[in-house]
Amino acid sequence: MDTRELVCIICPIGCRMTVVKDDYVSLGYKVTGNTCNRGEAYAVKEMTNPTRVIPTTVKIKNAQLNRLPVKTNAPVPKGLIFECMNIINKVEVEAPVRLGDIIIENILGTGIDVVATKTMEKI
Amino acid sequence: MLNYDIVVVGGGPAGLAAAIEAKKNGADHIVVIDREYELGGILQQCIHNGFGLHIFKEELTGPEYAERFIDELKEMNIEYKLDTMVLHINKDKQLSVINTVDGFLKIQAKAIILAMGCRERTRGAIAIPGSRPVGVMTAGTAQRFINMEGYMVGKKVVILGSGDIGLIMARRLTLEGAKVMAVAELMPFSSGLTRNIVQCLEDYNIPLLLSHTVIDIKGKERVESVVISKVDENRKPIPGTEIEYECDTLLLSVGLIPENELSKSAGIKLAQVTGGPIVNESMETTVEGIFACGNVVHVHDLVDWVTEESKKAGKNAARFIKKEIKPSKEIVKTIPGEGISYIVPHIIRSVNLEETVDLFMRVKNVYKNAKLVVKADEEIIKEIKKNYMAPGEMEQLKIPSSLFKEKQISEISVVVIKDGE
Ligand SMILES: Cc1cc2nc3c(=O)[nH]c(=O)nc-3n(C[C@H](O)[C@H](O)[C@H](O)COP(=O)(O)OP(=O)(O)OC[C@H]3O[C@@H](n4cnc5c(N)ncnc54)[C@H](O)[C@@H]3O)c2cc1C
Ligand code: SF4
Repeated sequence: MDTRELVCIICPIGCRMTVVKDDYVSLGYKVTGNTCNRGEAYAVKEMTNPTRVIPTTVKIKNAQLNRLPVKTNAPVPKGLIFECMNIINKVEVEAPVRLGDIIIENILGTGIDVVATKTMEKI
Repeated sequence: MLNYDIVVVGGGPAGLAAAIEAKKNGADHIVVIDREYELGGILQQCIHNGFGLHIFKEELTGPEYAERFIDELKEMNIEYKLDTMVLHINKDKQLSVINTVDGFLKIQAKAIILAMGCRERTRGAIAIPGSRPVGVMTAGTAQRFINMEGYMVGKKVVILGSGDIGLIMARRLTLEGAKVMAVAELMPFSSGLTRNIVQCLEDYNIPLLLSHTVIDIKGKERVESVVISKVDENRKPIPGTEIEYECDTLLLSVGLIPENELSKSAGIKLAQVTGGPIVNESMETTVEGIFACGNVVHVHDLVDWVTEESKKAGKNAARFIKKEIKPSKEIVKTIPGEGISYIVPHIIRSVNLEETVDLFMRVKNVYKNAKLVVKADEEIIKEIKKNYMAPGEMEQLKIPSSLFKEKQISEISVVVIKDGE
């Protein structure tokens, strides 16, 4: 049987939920222990396609520091995190960079971009 | 001697919000001073997302959150001095300041806002036995090395302490290719946010060892291993439970302490539990015209509350200059009762209140299905049900100011009551 214990991370209450595969309900899973609907939606997503935003850095030249913080502008499937890291770690940019600038477009064909999370001036 | 209306010490989220709000409330001659080369404080090294959920209703990273306020500060033409260290403050609101451009400066302020943040407890403060090899550092230091300087701190890592910075660093190191062997926590619960335990440890199958501590560090030049042992309910290691973990790095995430050398130099009274200044409803310290906000007052887990508290300090510093803050002998004390470790503010002078007074507090233990009960003297004035409370998550309560107008109150206390009691 497909059962999992999960802690909801949508809000700080952190409800402890049990998720059971159940083909008779429309979502495909029966969720208990959640206090609100957002918990149920999160639980189903965790079972079907868990995703996370990746915050990390890339190398930068000609700036005050040698790392530029970046993030994926949407959550990527959890299984792709390390593959994304491999690509991100090969990139090197040059200052100046503006917050929001696209550093890597459409990473791994996910339709998701890696963007700068800080403005760094040229020195 | 230079003259300013308001000098803000520290350009982190607290100092930025305070300066902006002071200007919005009519103060003009303001300067923000920071010893770093850029504004933003500790947020610049916190590159992960999860900031601003309350204020902006979106999940920003630390640098993104900081940049919004830095941009606003610049648009408002508020002056700031970087690479500048405040060395001393006296009770007459004179500051001694040094930098490489101006040299040594004396500044006279009409009001001062303290926003120096906090620093990390180091190994010295928690005394682990064993040798002192390279490879032992605080989690915050590692965060700065990796995220700002691009220097990887180790390949096999053990983390002592499950505060948020430790949890965040466990994930960060894993993403960068290191192996995090375990996170050991002395207490039977983590002091970090639940969402961080899930996203940073469970996602990567990193074991969280509750009621465990590091009892020995081995290695001559570099850390070679650490010994972790289970502890009993008195937090004493239990013989026979030792496990040795091979590793080259030990990160310490064992708490933060407000940075208050300057506050002491000004003769400001500090509170025992928080380690920060005693403040009143206006975020004013025990020295008139010196205000304080952010982590220098008490350690916050969410930057959103830092911003909120700091706006209050900024606004009230502006009101102080306009002589709108009334000194008053009639004070209401806030008293942390059963289950509560502290409450900020410590003192309320009802003449200065706006519509509500916000109380920030922390509970001492993990409580499920309990309530926070607020009493004015002995009378219960408010009860708030809580499904879950933990020391790692700050609680906030609003009390209407009308309460203080209706009758004479000498103290407000808050207690935790478990369901069924
Ligand atoms: C290492 C570390 C990591 C953290 N990570 C997280 C996290 O991941 N998530 C989270 O929500 N919170 C985190 N926090 C908590 C975070 O600090 C607060 O949320 C928030 O940044 C506090 O803002 P602040 O303005 O009070 O302090 P800070 O951001 O610390 O700013 C204080 C500023 O004052 C300056 N300063 C201090 N003394 C002087 C002086 N004498 N002269 C001139 N300038 C001075 C400092 O340079 C600094 O820029 C972390 C804290 C630390 C210490
Ligand atoms: S289920 Fe709802 S109440 Fe519970 S943690 Fe998730 S979002 Fe919060």
